[in-house]
Amino acid sequence: MPYPTPETQREMLRTMQTIRRFEERASDDYHAGDIYGVVHCYIGEEAVATGICAALNDDDQIISTHRGHGHCIAKGANLDRMMAELYGREDGYCKGKGGSMHIADFDIGMLGANGIVAGGISIVTGAGLAAQLEGSDRVAVSFFGDGASNAGPFHESLNIAAKWKLPMLYVCENNLHSAQTPASRTLAHEDVAARAAGYGIPGVIVDGNDVFAVYEAASNAVARARAGEGPTLIECKTYRWRKHTERPNQPDQRTQEEIDIWMKRDPIARLVDHLKSQQGQFSDEEWDAMDAAVLKSIEASVVYAKASPFPAPEAALDDLYAD
Amino acid sequence: MREITFAQAAMEALVEEMERDPKIFHMSTDAPDALVEKFGESRVRATPIAESALTGMAIGAASSGFRPIVDWRQVTFAFVAMDQIVNQAAKIHYMFGGQAQFPILYRASVGGGGRSAAQHSQSPYSMFMNMAGLKITLASTPYDVKGLLKSAIRDNNPVIAFESNRLAGLKGDVPQEDYTVPIGKAEVKREGTDITVVALAWQVQEALAAAETLAAEGVSVEVVDPRTLIPMDSETIRASVRKTGRLIVADEAGPTAGASAEIATLVTEDPDTFSCLKAPPKRICALQVPIPYSPVLEDHVFPDRTKIVAGVREVLGIG
Ligand SMILES: Cc1ncc(C[n+]2csc(CCOP(=O)(O)OP(=O)(O)O)c2C)c(N)n1
Ligand SMILES: [Mg+2]
Repeated sequence: MPYPTPETQREMLRTMQTIRRFEERASDDYHAGDIYGVVHCYIGEEAVATGICAALNDDDQIISTHRGHGHCIAKGANLDRMMAELYGREDGYCKGKGGSMHIADFDIGMLGANGIVAGGISIVTGAGLAAQLEGSDRVAVSFFGDGASNAGPFHESLNIAAKWKLPMLYVCENNLHSAQTPASRTLAHEDVAARAAGYGIPGVIVDGNDVFAVYEAASNAVARARAGEGPTLIECKTYRWRKHTERPNQPDQRTQEEIDIWMKRDPIARLVDHLKSQQGQFSDEEWDAMDAAVLKSIEASVVYAKASPFPAPEAALDDLYAD
Repeated sequence: MREITFAQAAMEALVEEMERDPKIFHMSTDAPDALVEKFGESRVRATPIAESALTGMAIGAASSGFRPIVDWRQVTFAFVAMDQIVNQAAKIHYMFGGQAQFPILYRASVGGGGRSAAQHSQSPYSMFMNMAGLKITLASTPYDVKGLLKSAIRDNNPVIAFESNRLAGLKGDVPQEDYTVPIGKAEVKREGTDITVVALAWQVQEALAAAETLAAEGVSVEVVDPRTLIPMDSETIRASVRKTGRLIVADEAGPTAGASAEIATLVTEDPDTFSCLKAPPKRICALQVPIPYSPVLEDHVFPDRTKIVAGVREVLGIG
């Protein structure tokens, strides 16, 4: 498959850098006490959400996990409203009722981050069923971790989606760990993708730190789904740079050696190198300017979040039911 | 008017609503023939035995503009879907700040009496009542079940319709014309002046029979049927108790943290109603055990009309 257009490549880079800068800031503000509860960072895995979402149309739908900022940003969510949600403010996506683990934007086909491991897999499979029932050519994408692949909803949903040929992408972000437990201790077979054989669907393994590889796998899977041929399981081998959560006392069993190896495979540096290697395509100055613009948008989102009021306490009673 | 059974009335509600609205589709581990024949296998899906997935898929399909119906068949089988019910369906509208609507009907039969033993005889609706964000119906007549199911299907929220399996064959008047029974409205099933029996589902039928027996002795029993557990029509219940001054709650479920406990509290915590009470409220419920198999044991565990008659006499201090 040819590379995406230079413009798309830059867009991918901008998205990945936005995810990284957003989370660096979210982490700082969390430690400063402006963001509450728990924050899970996606840094190191940016190529997965970016490569997958680059292959989607605006009306395609995705569902996310507890580690959801990257999926939101890659699907085109508004940074201001995301940050305001982390800040617990009225103008946040969920009016301050969700926080980091529960950002959704149904208007852009982002059906929500989810605090329950594997909790979203069947929900988004229902969105795929809806697309099929409607006769639309929408596809639906489930992002989930290696840990989630061991849970029941993964298996129930893949079986149904395969049997009914639902227009689905199941994207496993295998970052080799679930919380403190290495995947080597929980996966019966080291490749989650191998399970696809049991459902008679393609199981594809890609370098999850290579945005082009992810994009290519996604494009193939999207084409298959739109053609009515059913779901694909894509396993992206990747790694999170930071601990499982940003909690100050968050334990981490991983070795520095392992972390160092993966940080050398930085998906963003790889894309920058690629762009720079294209004669005259991308200069240091352009990269600096892009990063500065990204940082500016993040800063603006914090300004927006801080300017947004906290919800009125009584708003806790709003939105229990739809009218 | 014509008489049909509770089960027929329920099926009519589904058929009529599916005819009315093409966005409704049905998923269950066995597809009902009556629906498949009318609407085909695409809209009436026989699914793998994967209640958790069905429960979640309904949420996703609902957010995409459909109005799914998931029949868990027995509440027993809903327990494997608890994450999707409790953590997802109940919370998703609220947690995301009211962004999207999730019009879903989940159906489940409840109750005992079938000599089916503990796993297939239970009425755990109060577990679900505890989860903010769901609506819950519990019909006692063919008329009500049809009207409530129609309301549930048209509601823009996840609604769980619990249906007592003891009532499946109960016959009653059901009009041919379209009608609904509003969610959140109780009904006085029999007027009386001496005591209020708030009864749920099958117990409504038992309470009506008990009221008939007691009427012959000159005791006037009012039977109130909440019809929906969430939201609960506390005003109708309180008004009845203010009139009679006495309350019995009859429920096929066990009493502990049950709907019966909720109803008794709604009555006693209201100062105006409390001041009208002439006797302490009484609950007539199943014994708090898993439901046993042997007929002698099972019948001992459940409340029935005889126990309601005895309870009324006790509260009134007669014999
Ligand atoms: C059902 C459930 N069990 C446990 C947890 C606690 N928990 C949150 S994230 C997590 C690890 C998930 O690992 P994985 O699916 O690989 O995703 P990753 O965090 O690596 O992105 C755990 C155990 C949970 N949220 N839900
Ligand atoms: Mg993981």
